[in-house]
Amino acid sequence: MSSSSVALPYGSGFLGGLRGGATSIYMVVVVGSYISIGALGHDLGFPLAWTALTTLLVWAAPAQVILISALGASAAPLEVALAVGLSSMRLLPMVVSLLPLVRTRKTRTRDVLVTAHFTSISMWIEALRFLPRVPRDKRIGFANGIGACLMAAATAATIAGYHLAQTLPGLLVAGLLFLSPMSFLMSAVRNARVTADWVALVAGLVLAPLLAWRGVGLDLMWTGIVGGVLAFAAQRLREALQNKVWR
Amino acid sequence: MSALGELAPYALLILVGFLPNEVWRMLGVVLARGLDEDSQVIVFARAAATAILTGVVGKLVIFAPGALASVSVTVRLGATALGLVAYLLARRSVLAGVVAATLAMMAGMLVFGGT
Repeated sequence: MSSSSVALPYGSGFLGGLRGGATSIYMVVVVGSYISIGALGHDLGFPLAWTALTTLLVWAAPAQVILISALGASAAPLEVALAVGLSSMRLLPMVVSLLPLVRTRKTRTRDVLVTAHFTSISMWIEALRFLPRVPRDKRIGFANGIGACLMAAATAATIAGYHLAQTLPGLLVAGLLFLSPMSFLMSAVRNARVTADWVALVAGLVLAPLLAWRGVGLDLMWTGIVGGVLAFAAQRLREALQNKVWR
Repeated sequence: MSALGELAPYALLILVGFLPNEVWRMLGVVLARGLDEDSQVIVFARAAATAILTGVVGKLVIFAPGALASVSVTVRLGATALGLVAYLLARRSVLAGVVAATLAMMAGMLVFGGT
């Protein structure tokens, strides 16, 4: 990208990332979702420190919901580990598509470990949106800034939710739960640029509920593979057709 | 036993929460090595991640968990559609879309019942 000379509204590097995260819509979304996770930890009888640690260590809301509710229901540890692992598969393609954006030739593997840990749906969406405007050598810092900001807010929200558990009305809890899917959907629509993005977006919306309804196991994994292949093929087809027209 | 009993949840958190989750991130670090930004693998990974992302949305809206389950699927789908309309009307504002969808869902919950 040659856009590295364009000034970013927030400055670059870690501080720029912090500011980018703080002014992101995901601040509201993350706080809302993690209040409900804090409340869940409280309701199932886990200590406050333990509940907050799940946010710092796991940093993936669906996996945390599974972990807390399954352990709370005394499920077998192996079963819990499997369920958590299956729900977090999406982190793999997210990390694979994010890291090449932040690396320079001098970057060592250990330099991106923190960035990989900070990778979550919200951080991935915002990083992909901001990074093309950040100078390449500042991108690791910037991405870590977004992640640190969102994770700090999420931890505070987990603690707040833990304390608020008994006072939150059902209507509000439902509203908070609705924030994440809606923000993911709107962001995916906003961030869609090329054919592959649109095909993947629609394929995911249709395939996952369909597979889940048909009782197909690993529905999200199949959604990723089939949706990814469809989107990739559509993109190649589109490019091939365009080349033909232009020549 | 009681000291062990207090530490057991933390050991479980590492073993069945942190590790099975983090393994995907570390695998991503390994697989992303040596890939450059314009690689076709990245195009595929990004598309797969996007499909999983909207797949999560579809599942959450249609098979809603917890407190959301008390609202009918029609209300949830209607609120989602309203949110998308608000997003477009507000010139592609994610904030407007999310707020409109959430308020519409809560209003539907009040009108048509729920917990």
